[in-house]
Amino acid sequence: MSLNPYIANTEDDVRTMLEVIGVERIDDLFHDIQPQHGPKSFDLPKGRSEYEVVEHVRGLARRNAQELLLFVGGGYYDHYIPAVIPSLISRGEFLTAYTPYQPECSQGTLQALYEYQSSLCALTEMEVSNASLYDGGTALYEAMMMALRVNGRNKVIVDGGVSPIYRKMIRSYTDNLNIEFVEVGPAHGQSDRGQIEKFLDDQTSAVIVQNPNFFGAVDDHSDIVKMAHAKGALVIQSVYPIALGMVKTPGQMGVDIATGEGQSLGLPLNFGGPYLGFMVTKKEYIRKMPGRIVGETVDAQGRRCFVNTLQAREQHIRREKATSNICTNVSLCAVQAAMYLSLLGRQGIRDLARLIFDKAEYAKHLIGQIPGVEVKRAAPTFNEFTVSLPKPAEAVVEAMISRGIAAGFPLSKYYPGMTQYMTVAVTEKRTRNDIERYAQQLKDVLGKI
Amino acid sequence: MDLIFEKSIEGRRGYSLPESDVPSAKPLAAKYVRPQSPTLPEVGELDVVRHFMALSRRNFSVDGNFYPLGSCTMKYNPRFTEVLAAMSGLADLHPLLPQLASGDRLVQGALAILYEMEQLLCEITGFSAFTLQPLAGAHGELTGAMMIAAYHKAKKNRKKYIIAPDSAHGTNPASAAIAGFQTITIPSTEEGVMDLAALERALTDEVAGIMLTCPDTAGIFNRDIDKIAQMVHKVDGLMYYDGANLNAVLGRCRPGDLGFDVMHINLHKTFSTPHGGGGPGAGPVGVGPKLMPYLPVSRVVRRDDGTFRLNYDYPESIGYVASFYGNFAVIVRAYAYILLLGKEGLKQVSDHAVLNANYVMARLKGVFDLPFDRTCMHECVFSACAQSKNGVHAIDLAKYLIDQGIHPMTVYFPLIVREAMMIEPTETESKQTIDRFIQCMMDAADLAARDPEAFHAFPKTMPISRPDEVKAVKDLNVNFFD
Amino acid sequence: MEVIDHLFYTKEHEWVSIDDGVATVGITEYAQDAMGDITFIELPNVDMEVEQFEQLASVESVKAANDVYSPLSGKVIEVNSELVDCPELLNKSCYELGWIAKVKIASEEETSKLMGAEEYRTYLESLE
Repeated sequence: MSLNPYIANTEDDVRTMLEVIGVERIDDLFHDIQPQHGPKSFDLPKGRSEYEVVEHVRGLARRNAQELLLFVGGGYYDHYIPAVIPSLISRGEFLTAYTPYQPECSQGTLQALYEYQSSLCALTEMEVSNASLYDGGTALYEAMMMALRVNGRNKVIVDGGVSPIYRKMIRSYTDNLNIEFVEVGPAHGQSDRGQIEKFLDDQTSAVIVQNPNFFGAVDDHSDIVKMAHAKGALVIQSVYPIALGMVKTPGQMGVDIATGEGQSLGLPLNFGGPYLGFMVTKKEYIRKMPGRIVGETVDAQGRRCFVNTLQAREQHIRREKATSNICTNVSLCAVQAAMYLSLLGRQGIRDLARLIFDKAEYAKHLIGQIPGVEVKRAAPTFNEFTVSLPKPAEAVVEAMISRGIAAGFPLSKYYPGMTQYMTVAVTEKRTRNDIERYAQQLKDVLGKI
Repeated sequence: MDLIFEKSIEGRRGYSLPESDVPSAKPLAAKYVRPQSPTLPEVGELDVVRHFMALSRRNFSVDGNFYPLGSCTMKYNPRFTEVLAAMSGLADLHPLLPQLASGDRLVQGALAILYEMEQLLCEITGFSAFTLQPLAGAHGELTGAMMIAAYHKAKKNRKKYIIAPDSAHGTNPASAAIAGFQTITIPSTEEGVMDLAALERALTDEVAGIMLTCPDTAGIFNRDIDKIAQMVHKVDGLMYYDGANLNAVLGRCRPGDLGFDVMHINLHKTFSTPHGGGGPGAGPVGVGPKLMPYLPVSRVVRRDDGTFRLNYDYPESIGYVASFYGNFAVIVRAYAYILLLGKEGLKQVSDHAVLNANYVMARLKGVFDLPFDRTCMHECVFSACAQSKNGVHAIDLAKYLIDQGIHPMTVYFPLIVREAMMIEPTETESKQTIDRFIQCMMDAADLAARDPEAFHAFPKTMPISRPDEVKAVKDLNVNFFD
Repeated sequence: MEVIDHLFYTKEHEWVSIDDGVATVGITEYAQDAMGDITFIELPNVDMEVEQFEQLASVESVKAANDVYSPLSGKVIEVNSELVDCPELLNKSCYELGWIAKVKIASEEETSKLMGAEEYRTYLESLE
C-alpha cells in the first residue's frame, strides 16, 4: 500500500521510529481505542491522483452558471479584483501561517492587520477597529451583543431595512437569551423616524440600521443617533464599504458601532464565503468589542512592532465571561481588504464610488422608462435600487435567466407580499452595453410573460 | 518597517478604472455625502507589491518552517486545492443565485459539492447529517450548543448547565454561555483524564450536555468514553464532541459510534485548508438522529432525478447561523483533499500523525518533564517545570526555537499542566525535520542548565526582539490615524 | 509573600480592613504577583449594593483577567479612582495605594467566614 502523497515517512523511517518508541506496529499506538470503539463503517472512496480530482471538480464547476450577467446584489457584489491581490495573498507566508501567537515571527500578519484596522477607521471615520469577524451578518450580531454589554439593557430596535438575512441570523442567535426585539418597517424606503422614536425608551440598548439599506436607500442617520443618545441607547449601523467612497460615514453621523460585509473589498463572491466581517467603534467601547485587536508597541530595543492586544477580553482567558466565543477571525480576508484599500487609495475609492453611482443612475433611468416598471425614487440610492414590476418578480427573474441575465433579487423571498418587487444592483463591471441589453431584455420579457 | 501610510505620496495611484461610459448623474444631496476623502494611502501598484512582499517575509509559515503548534494541526496544505477554490464557476458564484426561482439550476455543481461533502463527513464521523454553515470551529461549537438548547426546549426539559472538563478550550464555556447555559467545570485526574466521580456528582437533571474532546487536550484518548456517554444520556444530557483533535483518529473510531450526539470539525485542521494567519476556517457540525430536526437552514437535498436544491422547510430548525451555506471556498478545498486521499490515505493521516507525536515524546522523555507518561495520540505534552526552576520558562524555550527557524509549540496550554509545551508534529513532516527539532529542544534544555540568562535575549535573529505587551495595552494604539 | 497582620483575607486573595463600619478592600500580594503587570481595572459604581463574595471589580493584566469579589456585604461608598489611570498601583502598593473600594457594612458578623493573617499564610503555603 503506497502512502498518501503528503506523508513523508519512508518504510525505513517508520521502522526506526517504532523502535525508538518501543512498539512493533503503528496499530499498537492506538491501544487505548478498544475494539468496541472501532468504526462501524468507514466506507469512503478510493484515493485519486491530483489530476483526477482537479478534473472532477472542474466538471462540477462547469455545472454552475457561467457567463451570467449579474445584477443581483443584496449586500454581495460582483466587483473587479485587481490581479495583485490574488497574487500577493497566495504567498505561503500569509496563507499558511496561523494566528500570530508569537509576534517575533509574525510581524507580517500583525502589521498587515494593523494597517487593515487603520484603513477601516479611515474609511468609516471611526476611532478603532478589530482585526475582523466572520462576515457581515455575524459582525452585526456581535455588535448587538456588544451594545448589550455596554449599557446593560435588553431591548433592541431593528430597522426593517436591515438585511433580512442578517435579521434572521440575529434572531436564531438570540433565541436563548432574554432580549426584546422591536422591528420597525421603513417609511418611503428610509428608516421610519416616528416609529423608532415611539419605541425608544430607557430600556433600549441599541437601534440597528443599515446604510444603504436592503432596498438600496441611502440615509443620513444623524438624527436617529441624537434620538437614541438622548435615551442612553447606542446606534449600530451596518454599512457597505464601497459606498463610503461617496456616502456620509458612520463616524460623521455619530454612530457608536459600525459593521459591514467586507466582501466588496477585494474578495471573490465564493458562493457565500469566506467573507469578511468588519467592526469599528468609538475608543471608549474598545474593551467591550469582540474579536482580536492588533496594537502598536515597541520591542526590547525600542523598535516599533505589533502584537495582539487587549487579549484579556478573549475566550482563552475569560472563558464563559469572554466578549464573544470567537477565537480566530478571517485574517487572510482582512489582509486582502488592506491590499485592496491600499491599491484604491484616497482618490481611487472616490472615483470607484462615483463610477458605480453613475452606472446605477443610468440603469434606473433606462429601467424606469419601461412601461409598467417603476423605479422607487422616494429615497436616494447608491449602487442598488428597488423596482416594482407589472408581473411577479420571481417569474420575471426566471425568464431573464434564460436570457443570460440575473436581473435582480425578488423581495418576496424575505418580504412576503412584495411579490412584484426586486432589487437591482450595479457594479463598475457592468458596461453601458450590459445595462442597455438588460433594459431591452426586460422590456421584451415583460411583453411575453 | 514603514507602514503603507508612511509610503503615501500625494497624487500617486495604484488602480485603473474603466472610463465612464454613462452620463454623469446628478450627485446625491449634500446631507448624504461624505465631504472629505478617506485618508487611505496614495501608493502605486509596485509600492503595494513590495510592501506586502516585505511583510510576508516577516512571517513564519508552514510553507517556510516546521510549525509543531499543538492543537492547531499545522500540516502541509496541498497547493492544488488553491487552484480549485479560485476556479471560475466556483469563486465567482453569487450566493443569492439559488434563492431565485429555479435558481438551483444555476448552481448544481456547487450544491453537489456541498451535498457530497456532507455525505463524506457523515461517513468519516458516523453521524446522520451535517450542516456546513458554521464559519469556524468556535462557530460550530456555538451552533452545536444552540441545537442542544433547541432539543431541550422542544422536550420541555429544564436544563441549565453544560459540563466541560478543566482541560477544555476556552471556547467551550464561552459558546455554552451564548447558548444560554452556565458551565460546570470537571477537574482532571492526575492522569489527565476526566474525574468520573466528580462527573457523577455534577450530573443532575439540570445538565443539558457535556462538551468533550477525544483525544482530549492532553493528547490522550479517554478509555471511559462509553461509560461517560451512558452517564450523560441517563439524565437526557447530550454528548458534544469537540472535533479539534480529529486528525488523530481518522478510520480508527468515529464519534458518532461512540455515543456522541453532535460534533464540530475544524476543516482547516484535519482536512488541511490553509490557516491564513488566523482564518478563514470552517466548522461543519454533525448530528445524530436526536438533533437532526434542529439543524440550521438551508439544507441541501437531493431530488429523485439526482439534481439538488436548497430546502428551508424545517420547522424545528434553529434558523440561520451564517448568511449562506458556509465558507464555500474552504469546503471546496477540504472536499478535494478528502477525495485525493481517499479511505486509505485518510487512515494514514492519523497513523503517521500519531507515530510522529509518539516519536517526539519518546525522544524528549527525560529531557523535559512528561506529565502524562503513556502513549499519546497526535500530540504530546511536556512541561518546562524543571527548566523553570532555573528561570527558563516554556515561553523562553519557545523563543529559542524561533532563532532555529522553527515555529514554537503551543505553550501554557492545556491549562492543567504547569509550564505546558504541547507539540503536534503532524503527519506531513519528515523524520529528518522532526529529528532536527528534537535536537534543537535538547540543545535548549542543555543551554537552560548551563546558561539560563542567555534565554532573555532570544529571539535574536528576527526583525524584532520581544515586544512590550504591557505598553501595547497601556498606551493603546490600534489605529495609525488616531 | 507579604501578608499584613491585622487584615482579613479571602480564598480568592482579597484583603479587607474594617474601620468604624467601613470595609476597605483590595487584592493581596499573592494575587498581584500571580497576575503580573496589571493594565486595567473595572471599578464598581458608588452606591452599588454588594453581597459577600459577589463580584465587586475586575482586573486585567496582559495575560489574565480576574474578578475581585467583595469580602463583605454592604454598599460601595468610595472607589479608588487613581487606579483608572494608574492600575500599576495594584502591583506596586497592593495593601496601601492600591486599595480598590470602601464598602459600608451592616455588621461585622460576616468576618467569621474570612481568614485571619495566620490562617491566610497557612493557606498560601498549601497552594505551593
